[in-house]
Amino acid sequence: MNNGGLQMKEERFTSGERKSRKSDDESRSSKTEPSIAPEQLRLKVEQLNVYYGDFQAVKDIDLSIGTNKVTALIGPSGCGKSTFIRCLNRMHEVTPGGRVEGRVLLDGQDLYGPGVDPVDVRRRVGMVFQKPNVFPSMSIHDNVASGYKLNGIRDHQLIAEKVQKSLKNAALWDEVKDKLKQPGTSLSGGQQQRLCIARALAVDPDVLLMDEPCSALDPIATTKIEELIHELKETVTIVIVTHNMQQAARVSDYTAFFYVGELIEFGETGTLFTTPQKRQTEDYITGRFG
Amino acid sequence: MVNQHSAAERRHYQFRRATERLAGAGMVLCTAVTVFFLFMILGYVVYNGASAIDWNFLTGLPLPPGESGGGIANALVGSVLVVACAVLIAMPIGLGAAIFVNEFPSARLGRTVRFMAEVLTGVPSIVVGLFAYALVVRPMGSFSGLSGSIAYAFIMVPIILITSHEAFRLVPTSLREASLALGVPKWRTILGVVLPVSRTALLTGAVLAFSRALGEAAPMLFTAFGNPFWNLNLGKPIATVPMLIYTYATGPYDDWHQKAWAASFVLMMVVLVTSVMTRAFLRGKSHE
Repeated sequence: MNNGGLQMKEERFTSGERKSRKSDDESRSSKTEPSIAPEQLRLKVEQLNVYYGDFQAVKDIDLSIGTNKVTALIGPSGCGKSTFIRCLNRMHEVTPGGRVEGRVLLDGQDLYGPGVDPVDVRRRVGMVFQKPNVFPSMSIHDNVASGYKLNGIRDHQLIAEKVQKSLKNAALWDEVKDKLKQPGTSLSGGQQQRLCIARALAVDPDVLLMDEPCSALDPIATTKIEELIHELKETVTIVIVTHNMQQAARVSDYTAFFYVGELIEFGETGTLFTTPQKRQTEDYITGRFG
Repeated sequence: MVNQHSAAERRHYQFRRATERLAGAGMVLCTAVTVFFLFMILGYVVYNGASAIDWNFLTGLPLPPGESGGGIANALVGSVLVVACAVLIAMPIGLGAAIFVNEFPSARLGRTVRFMAEVLTGVPSIVVGLFAYALVVRPMGSFSGLSGSIAYAFIMVPIILITSHEAFRLVPTSLREASLALGVPKWRTILGVVLPVSRTALLTGAVLAFSRALGEAAPMLFTAFGNPFWNLNLGKPIATVPMLIYTYATGPYDDWHQKAWAASFVLMMVVLVTSVMTRAFLRGKSHE
C-alpha cells in the first residue's frame, strides 16, 4: 500500500514537472537533480560506493556540487551522510576497514585516480568535524598556523598573514586577537569550533566539508557559525552535513536527502523543502520519521 | 502483617550493613598492610643508612677494606652515566615500537609486538644480564659500562613501549583526523600532534624506566662489573650503586654493611627526587 502511494505521488509530480518545465534537461528527472552548469561545477561524484569491511554504508551515489554554493546533506542517523562527506577528501580510508569505489571529480580531476596523493587532496578539500578538535598542545595562533607549521613551513610573515586573515574570516579575530599565545583549549566550545574553521581556512581550500559542525554547540554559537557559512560561500564551496533541517533550510543553496545509504532526492533547497518529489523526503522533512 | 514484613526487611538490612562493614574493614586492612610494609622498608633504610651519610660519603672514593671512611662517588656517577646512556638507547627504540604498535594497527604484528613487550617485562633481570654478556661483553673482550647500558636498555625498552603505547591510545582519533584533514602527512601528524599531546605521559614512562633500571644489580654482575676507581669511560668496567650495595652487603666487614645501607638510602633518594622533580616540571608545563 505504501509502495502504491509512493508510485502515485511520483507520477503526479514527474508529470507535473514535465508539463511546467518541459525545456529542462531530460536526464535529471530520474534522480531529480538540479541543473548546475558545467562551468559552475566544483565537485562531481559518480557511482560512489563506500564500505566498512563487508558493510556497504553508501550505495551508488551521483551528486554534483556547485562552486561557491552551500550544499547540505540531510537524513536520519546512520544514513551514510557523514561517511559520504568523508569520501570527498579521502578521510574515509583512514578508518580501519574503510573502502571506496567510484569517482569523485574535483574540477574534473578524479580524487581517487591512480597516483593521486590523499595528502594533496586534503590540502584542497578541508574539513570541520562534529566536535571541535583544537590541538591541545598548541596556542590559538599555532592552531590556525598548524596547516603550515605541521608541514614544516616556517615563513613567519606568510603565517602571520594567513592566521590573521583566517581568524577574521572565521569571525574570531576580535575575540582572540589579544590572546593569540593562550592555549586553544582555553576558548569556549563555539569559539573552538570557529578556531577549527579558521584552521581549515588558513590553508586556502577550494572546498570546505562540515560534518555537523554545530551539533555540540549552543544556539547562539550555532547562529554565529551559520552567519559565517553565509559569508564564507563567497570564496569557498561548502558541503555541510546536518541533523537540523531548519539549519539546512537556512544555510544551503542545495540539499541532498540521504536514507539508508542512498541518495533519495537532491535539489535546490527551497524546492526540496516546499515540494519534495519523493515520499520518503516528505516524510522526513515533515517529521514523520528520523 | 506490616510488622512481620518490616522485621524481615530489618533483618536483611542488618545483614547488608554487616557485610558492608566487613568488606570495608577488609579493604582498610589490606591498605594498611601495604602502607605498613612500604614505610617499614623506607624507615629501615633511613634508620640504618642516614647516619652514615656525610659529605665524604657522597664525594669520596671507596677505601681499601679495613680502613674506615671513604665514599661511593664513583658508583653514584657510574650509575647515573650507565642508566642515562641506557635511556638514550632505549627511548628511541621503545618510542618507535610504540608508534608502530599504535599508529599502524592494521597489522596483527602490532598486537604481537605489544604482547611480546609484556612478556619481556617479566624476564628476570639476571637473564638480561647474561644475554648482554653474551651479546656485548664476550665480543668486546671485557666488561664495560656500555654493556651495562645495553643490559639496562633491554629492561627499559618494554617498559617504555608499554607506557608510550598507553599514552598514544589516549590521544583522541579526532586530533589525528584534524591534522590529516589539513593535508598533513601521517608521519608529521605523529611527530607534530600525537607526540606533543602525549609528552607528559611519555616523560613519566621514561622516568619509570629510569627508576626501575637504577636499582637493578643483577644485570650489572656480568656487564658493568664494578670498579673501585674513578672511571667515566663507558668502554671500561664501571662502578654502579646497586652493584656496590650487593658487594658491600655480602662482604664480611661491619663498615661495609653500614655503607650498603647508606648507599641504599642514597639510591632511594635519587629515585624519589627524580620522580618528584619530573612531576613538578610537568605541572609547571601544564600551567603554561
